[in-house]
Amino acid sequence: MANTQIAEEQSSSEVSSKTVTLKIAKFNPEHDSGTQFVDFKVQYERWTTVLDAILDVKEHLDHSVAVRYSCRQASCGSCGMKINGRPRLACFTKISELDSDVITVEPMNNYPIVRDLVVDLEGMFDTHKKMKPFIINEDSEITNTKEFLQTPEQIEEYIQFANCIKCGLCNSACPTMATDSSFLGPQALTQAYRYVADNRDKGKNERLKIIDESHGIWRCHFAGSCSQVCPKGVDPAMGIQLLRGYLLGFRK
Amino acid sequence: MKRNENREGIKGMANPGRYGIERVSYWLMRITGLGLLAYLIGHIYETSSILNGKSVWDSMLQLTQTTQGHVILTLVIGMCVFHTVNGIRLMLGHGGIGVGKPTRPDYPYIPNSQNMKNKLCIYASIGVAALAMMYGLSVLFGE
Ligand code: HEM
Ligand code: SF4
Ligand code: FES
Repeated sequence: MANTQIAEEQSSSEVSSKTVTLKIAKFNPEHDSGTQFVDFKVQYERWTTVLDAILDVKEHLDHSVAVRYSCRQASCGSCGMKINGRPRLACFTKISELDSDVITVEPMNNYPIVRDLVVDLEGMFDTHKKMKPFIINEDSEITNTKEFLQTPEQIEEYIQFANCIKCGLCNSACPTMATDSSFLGPQALTQAYRYVADNRDKGKNERLKIIDESHGIWRCHFAGSCSQVCPKGVDPAMGIQLLRGYLLGFRK
Repeated sequence: MKRNENREGIKGMANPGRYGIERVSYWLMRITGLGLLAYLIGHIYETSSILNGKSVWDSMLQLTQTTQGHVILTLVIGMCVFHTVNGIRLMLGHGGIGVGKPTRPDYPYIPNSQNMKNKLCIYASIGVAALAMMYGLSVLFGE
């Protein structure tokens, strides 16, 4: 008979080679006055992600830890948090790669805290929608009998920016976002470029008008921190500078 | 009620430690820009003393002949050189020049805009500023 035994549930009591201290920031804005860090000892393997460790804590040590996740594979963008001081996806960060005996997890900066590790991304979705994140073209595919064809080169102009999963890590790392609550932010500005660079789109002037304001694209200083933390290779800093090239007359 | 947005604030904005040399250059650019602005204001104040006659002008000029005066002038040289060289990189970058070409991203997703050209240019700005400061020091404190 084939060995069909289901792998035993991995629990914190199972013998493992290494342990790490997971420091979780706990804060409920409804009744707490400040953040409290609670330490948990967790065991991990080479492949254990920070999200795995948090879920291990939730299952065996403290059910009340609030964390948001869905896909567990860097696709849905819900598990962004500050891990050892830098915004990262918890499901895409292995404990072993952090090279530290203490892993501190906190909610991402520059977003209101819902509870513990969960932040409210609504503000980012609002600025994202402001960019008109859709193809603007009179000859839409509905009135036309032919589909829009694109060459591989035309796709390459924007596909990198279309990789954005709206996790919000970039807005959390951005130094302008740290002090300016009206700034559009790297996520939205990059999406403006994603559509402007798409040869099916005719909404360039409309979008340039939206971003050309005092808390718009001019607040970007090309510090590049957005690109350093983006888990999908979107490289927002590149998109923003290419976009600004149109407004400064470097590009047509 | 306005919700607490948990902004990182000035401390987070100014912390250059976490995101590589590009964030350090952002920080230096701000500091040197503000430093140069402060120098410009001081410089206008200093030179306007000529309106009060030669003796006032001469005594003002004496201030730059002190050790503190030399140190401040050396810092101004360094700020000026870094700000100008890095400023040229930034002006080009802000226009989309030298920030890399879009591609199909692949793991481990090294961002093209944080490329070697930009990094070398930042290190060069710092290096040239240091050399200019050393030359300034040798002229000011020499003899
Ligand atoms: C040829 C010389 C100069 C060049 C090429 C240059 C270039 C630049 C550039 C490109 C920026 C924008 C940086 C960014 O977006 O973060 C900037 C900012 C700034 N510059 Fe200059 N600049 C020069 C001289 C000066 C001088 C002489 C002063 C002072 C009187 C000065 C004061 C500033 C200030 C205060 C800022 C704002 C800093 C910030 O907000 O981060 N600059 N400069
Ligand atoms: S640009 Fe990158 S870091 Fe920013 S929201 Fe999109 S995927 Fe996340
Ligand atoms: S759980 Fe979906 S991105 Fe991490």
